[in-house]
Amino acid sequence: MQYHSPNTFEDAAALAVAAAGVTRFLAGGTDVLVQLRADIITPDTVIDIKNIPGVRDITRHDDGSWTLGVATSGAEMREHVELGLDWPGVVEAMDLIGSTQVQGRATLVGNLCNGSPAADSVPAMVTAGVEFSVTNSEGTRRVAVMDIPAGPGRTHLAQGDVISAVHIPARGARGGDAYLRFIPRTEMDIAVVGCAINLALDAAGVITQASVSLGAVAPTVLRLDEAAEALIGCTLDEATLDKLATAASAACNPISDKRGTIEFRTHVAGVLAKRTAKIAYARAQGVTK
Amino acid sequence: MALDDHKTTGFKFIGTRPDRPDGLDKVTGRALFGADAQAPGMLHGAIVRSPHAHARILRIDTTAAEALEGVKAVVTRADFATGLSGEFGFVLENVMAGDRALYDGHAVAAVAASSALIARDAAKLVQVDYEILPHVTDVDAAMVDDAPVLNDTYADATVPAGLHPNVVRYHESGHGDVEAGFAAADLIVEDSFKTEATHQGYIEPHACLATLGADGKGELWCTTQGHWIAQKTCAALVGIDTSQLRVTASEIGGGFGGKTTVFIEPVALALSRKANRPVKIVMNRSEVFRATGPTSSTSMDVKIGMMKDGTITAAQGVFRLQGGAFPGAPMEFSAMCAFAPYNLENVKQVGYDVISNRPKQAAYRAPGAPMASFAVESVIDDLCKQLGLDPIDTRLKNAAREGTKASYGPRFQRIGLVETLEAAKAHPHYTAPLKPGQGRGVSCGFWFNHGGETSVSLALSEDGTCQISVGTPDIGGSRASMALMAAEVLGIAYENFRVTVADTATLGYNDVSHGSRVTYASGLATIKAAQDAVAKLCKRAAAKWGIPEDAVYWEDGFAKPSGANAGNFDPIPLAEITKDMGSTGGPISGHFEATPEGAGVSFGTHIVDAEVDPETGKTAVVRYTVIQDAGKAIHPTYVEGQFQGGAAQGIGWALNEEYVYGEDGRLQNSIFLDYRVPVASDLPMIDTVIVEVPNPGHPYGVRGVGETGIVPPLAAIANAVSAAAGVRLRHLPMSPPRILRALRAQASEG
Repeated sequence: MQYHSPNTFEDAAALAVAAAGVTRFLAGGTDVLVQLRADIITPDTVIDIKNIPGVRDITRHDDGSWTLGVATSGAEMREHVELGLDWPGVVEAMDLIGSTQVQGRATLVGNLCNGSPAADSVPAMVTAGVEFSVTNSEGTRRVAVMDIPAGPGRTHLAQGDVISAVHIPARGARGGDAYLRFIPRTEMDIAVVGCAINLALDAAGVITQASVSLGAVAPTVLRLDEAAEALIGCTLDEATLDKLATAASAACNPISDKRGTIEFRTHVAGVLAKRTAKIAYARAQGVTK
Repeated sequence: MALDDHKTTGFKFIGTRPDRPDGLDKVTGRALFGADAQAPGMLHGAIVRSPHAHARILRIDTTAAEALEGVKAVVTRADFATGLSGEFGFVLENVMAGDRALYDGHAVAAVAASSALIARDAAKLVQVDYEILPHVTDVDAAMVDDAPVLNDTYADATVPAGLHPNVVRYHESGHGDVEAGFAAADLIVEDSFKTEATHQGYIEPHACLATLGADGKGELWCTTQGHWIAQKTCAALVGIDTSQLRVTASEIGGGFGGKTTVFIEPVALALSRKANRPVKIVMNRSEVFRATGPTSSTSMDVKIGMMKDGTITAAQGVFRLQGGAFPGAPMEFSAMCAFAPYNLENVKQVGYDVISNRPKQAAYRAPGAPMASFAVESVIDDLCKQLGLDPIDTRLKNAAREGTKASYGPRFQRIGLVETLEAAKAHPHYTAPLKPGQGRGVSCGFWFNHGGETSVSLALSEDGTCQISVGTPDIGGSRASMALMAAEVLGIAYENFRVTVADTATLGYNDVSHGSRVTYASGLATIKAAQDAVAKLCKRAAAKWGIPEDAVYWEDGFAKPSGANAGNFDPIPLAEITKDMGSTGGPISGHFEATPEGAGVSFGTHIVDAEVDPETGKTAVVRYTVIQDAGKAIHPTYVEGQFQGGAAQGIGWALNEEYVYGEDGRLQNSIFLDYRVPVASDLPMIDTVIVEVPNPGHPYGVRGVGETGIVPPLAAIANAVSAAAGVRLRHLPMSPPRILRALRAQASEG
């Protein structure tokens, strides 16, 4: 096994494109090291990107948008007050992952690239409209979240691609997001269903923009455009919530496994969609943080 | 036991709560657990495990593994003893497969290498050719006519004719005439229940360090609840004399019954003998789940008849337990404990021990009892609901008392069930208001408790302090309890004692720390050993004073003349006698050995409030109270800890813990992420009430408390959840998908 610790993303990409066999990028290592120890993966090449300058920076730009370094940990995100005020859904989704110890290491990018359909932060990044900088030998391009997951354990990134930054849009006025997951316990678990919703309202409280996403109910994260459409032009009345729940359940394409059944996931997706929408709506109204 | 020294009140040390002597080492990391042992030249072992639920082993090719640099030995079944029968035979078959792999994770070979990583790589190089055979993992499926046969020689003479060969043992007991009893009932409820297998979930994986020479002399360090049984079993499995193997028990990071047998220890010894080097093996968590003892899964039918006033007229139960690929599922304990809390004229219980393609079950706290209690107490709950009766009053009406003929045969001596029920009824929890969506459940539970072979030695030092050697690994604070009991006898302070868990070469045979026996049996032996030392102390004082031995008595740490006739001497403190003991007759020690048979049975009553989210089926346990008879709580904090631990493990078992097998017969959830023990935030603060109805079979009235606490939770939680959800839950764990399915099925039935 070869271990590399490059100082630039260009070098990281060059190492990755030249590597033979199984390659893994290492940031927090909360998935890679666990899988290595459990014999799930045996990488030939490990490229540690933690030593590239800026990978743990959280930057708010003048237009209100954010850039996060790829090795920014969940704990650093949670402790960033302004980020939490702008994007509470993204921050709480990340914060739900693992233990306090894991939070000190785990990253948004690792959560995405691990390729788990149940990744908590991914639905929240989808509804927030997060984009990633992807660097390779050709240069750096921007890629939306939805364009990365390919299936359980797989991404659409090519050999030699390395994610080099996380971009979160500006919050804008009267907006709010939320993420809820269902787990059988109270913490330290994996989502059986995850739901993120991001809303923007007009002054009268009518929903003007909406994005709905589900995790753990299909081979990849789902963006529910019809469910989002159903919210636009409405306040969050019971009829709207029922439509949302029906649309969320209808969108599910889950499996039955040790964590939940098809029947259970499909039903709970609707329940969570309603509950998540209420939280996001209250945040957009400024009623809660 | 003789009652001449029975004492249940007026204690000076018993009932106080000093820090446990091993506590500081454990919180500072100084304590040495199974994986903490090292030896010069030590190798690391790794085990090759079957990926198949059931397969014939056609060929094992170790050539490539042996050729890897750093590999010093590879063993297969050929490196172990032959001709073993009974339990030793089953254990050998379990720790190293013979001609067939019987479950996913079954050991088929092992390697020892100069590093753990090389050993792991070498294990992957062992080539095993399998012929895959049909498998069965469910207890009911294993009993049907066309079920795959695991072994057609295991069934013993108890099994009635005509049953599938996977049924290997059968139990039937009871008294009276249940049919007549049912005929007299105003209401009969008959229902069926299932529980899934759960693991003891101890935090410390199995680990050992073994040395075995060509001369047949060996040393073994391991994490175990009983090093003499480990000694006896390992010696038999590797074919050496028992006394030539010295076994030392490490500190133990939990056992709960699961460390009462051996898994990796004989394998490490066989590897060591072949490599002529010490060999260390440490299991990972996945190996612990796949290849060590979970408890049995069950399928049960219970039928109870009741009068309108709550009197039970008849009760019967059928308890089918699968215990993995070998005989031994504790179905007789399920059967015998099921109705034990009740005074029944007509009772019948039947048990089936069924083998299947799962790991060999191991004991787990009150083996077999919690599941049976779940089925029985659920039916009693239904009867109370349908007849409009209070669940505690109904249990009091039927409660077993002193003199009751137990459902499993004997007549009870003094027992404390009624006291626990009365304490439960009086507890503010029982009458506290419930919020909407919440339900309350109660349940009683019973466990026999055990005595077992026990040997304790105690030696005084010149400075007046005392060392105690016990043979029962400390799994619940027992060193503190032993010191308190010895302090009570010798009349010197707790801090003067050091209690050591002695190795097998240092003390006579001691049974495993199981059966809730340690505080009872090692405690009794410690008291007797201390009394033995006291007699010798009195003798030295008598010699000094020149008076007869029986004219001296011991009080509060002093030898005293027994009255005016004995002479007017100043009392002599212990330390003054020990200071000169070398010149007054030599070292003073005390010893006691016996198989005490007066372990008093123990009963408990639990009250649980649960809240169910009707939209998701998720349960929160919002309040929990354990009330249990401890006989006499030697160290109340550790008694409360046992009560709380039983409840916590019961909550896991009831709500989310389960072995999930795929269609391929492979375990799907062999890590803690998907085998869901409760995390701290899942649990409410668990209230405890210690009831003390002294056990006449112990000098200070002790009853074991380690196991009874896990008997009532499954039923108490199921009754609470069923009340909250408005639908009876009959299948454990009551995971959210199961609860939601029950809720939706009920809604669609209207």
